[in-house]
Amino acid sequence: MAITLSGDHAIPSPPLSARLTTPQVWGIVLLAPYLLVFLAFVVYPVGYGLWLARHPASYVALWHDPIFARAAVNTLIFLLIGINVKMLIALFLSGFFAQQRTWIKWLSVLFILPWAVPSIPTILSVRFMLNPEWGVINQLIFKFTAEDGPNWLNDPSVALGMAIGVHIWKSLPFWTLILMTGRLAISHDLYEAAEVDGASWSQKFRYITWPSMQTLYITCTLLSMIWTLGDFNSVYLLTGGGPADLTHVLATLGIRYLRLDQLSLAMASIVCALPFVLPLVYFMMKRLSR
Amino acid sequence: MKLPTLREVGTEAKLLLIGIPVFIWTMVPIYHMFLFAISPKEDAFSGKLWPDHPTLNNFSIVFHQQHYFLRDFWIQFWNSVVIALSAGALTLLIATAAAFSISRLRVPGGRWVMNLALFTYFIPAAFLAVPMYRTMGNYGLLNNHWSLILAMVTIASPYAIWVLKQASDKLPVELDEAATMDGATTLQLFRLVYVPLMMPSLVAIGTYAILLAWNEYLYAFLLLSKDTEITLPVALGNFLAADDSPWELLMTTGFIYALPPAAIYYAFKRYMVGGLTAGAVKS
Repeated sequence: MAITLSGDHAIPSPPLSARLTTPQVWGIVLLAPYLLVFLAFVVYPVGYGLWLARHPASYVALWHDPIFARAAVNTLIFLLIGINVKMLIALFLSGFFAQQRTWIKWLSVLFILPWAVPSIPTILSVRFMLNPEWGVINQLIFKFTAEDGPNWLNDPSVALGMAIGVHIWKSLPFWTLILMTGRLAISHDLYEAAEVDGASWSQKFRYITWPSMQTLYITCTLLSMIWTLGDFNSVYLLTGGGPADLTHVLATLGIRYLRLDQLSLAMASIVCALPFVLPLVYFMMKRLSR
Repeated sequence: MKLPTLREVGTEAKLLLIGIPVFIWTMVPIYHMFLFAISPKEDAFSGKLWPDHPTLNNFSIVFHQQHYFLRDFWIQFWNSVVIALSAGALTLLIATAAAFSISRLRVPGGRWVMNLALFTYFIPAAFLAVPMYRTMGNYGLLNNHWSLILAMVTIASPYAIWVLKQASDKLPVELDEAATMDGATTLQLFRLVYVPLMMPSLVAIGTYAILLAWNEYLYAFLLLSKDTEITLPVALGNFLAADDSPWELLMTTGFIYALPPAAIYYAFKRYMVGGLTAGAVKS
């Protein structure tokens, strides 16, 4: 806006077409398709969704729904454990994969697989591994201890833990890759100088690696928070929200209400997450748009 | 030949101590899927780590659609292909035009549009799913491939525009100026200067959008429901409807479904890593 309009205030504006140069007209034409998509599939749905969630009664109903409270707690646990464990392992492994070894190069090619393949088949594969009767894990437990293994997905806290595990399995490679890029950008001279001075492994990390990577690490953590909040597949495909709807998170809860035809509740549950999401979004936008 | 010192052996051992668990952790679910795909039903359900009689029979059943759950396999595969390619092409078209307009033509309000797009990118897609489902219903697009294509374009294009804008900001302005001096029109500038120079980023973004659409489950199962309209991931999810699901066939289908994106990822890894990770997190 600022480019064309600044300084135009004093003189009476000529008609729009005369003020725009040909490239600018083309600019608007080329931008139009995205704007149309944005209006039709972002502005309208969001506005419509907020309108559906306008009744205070929906929020009262949510408040009294034990499943919502449970889902909110689950979401917090999922975020707190899932993100921190994942990011710490990623930070650790980024150092491992930064090593110059041929076998580590090959391992890194395989390591990216969970990220490169779609989540549905792999999550379902884990789901069957955890099957109490036929799954390979319990069969191995039976073979070695002659006792029945636990009914993994039937205990809500174990099931949620497994969903967090699946989430970590899926997204760990991506964050390791990102953190590794950050690590490789650190000048090697620093480490050599530290080596000469006889710095230990932990000192090198504390005084060289961490100071150069902390901004990246925090940005990654925040971004991962937003994405983890929207992780529908890990929970839905592994536990389906069960047993007895005790492992829902906010991302799956909206869909649950939708399936029960409680549309206003579905929207209200999403609106409840917004005070948490929007500050993160605002922060990330400030980070990424110069 | 120089023998490794004790210290070198120690370092190598420590690295292996990390590497082996990482390898096992990464490969177990994938190996399990592969194991099911080559196992006859009895072997698959017996918890063996390698089947007594490895077979490709499951693949033959899938390819010949010889099971109730698989009777529309090929048409569902085709749906996935069409939707992924259309979403990729459309995203590429829309995002390239927008990035060119914002970055090179400096269209009024471009920065503002960029911010709106980024905002959309950061809203978790699962949160947008419910209103999107209702909206597609209002537009009368439910059960129509266009609904999923357009939803995927909506989700893919913000990031696409952002990455492309970052990349095109790096191209020198002098290029545009020189071309304009030589009498190039805006469209010629776009076609003959901009697009060729942006090729690596365009490949990365096209791949990104195709993979996103191919892998999508949530929107696909919300927006499409007829057996002949759904994509492969929805068909995989439908296997769970029965208590006695043929898991060996489910895993076989899943394995087939997972191959193309893995192949595409490795084929375009060069572009993906350069174009996407650099853009994904800028510190």
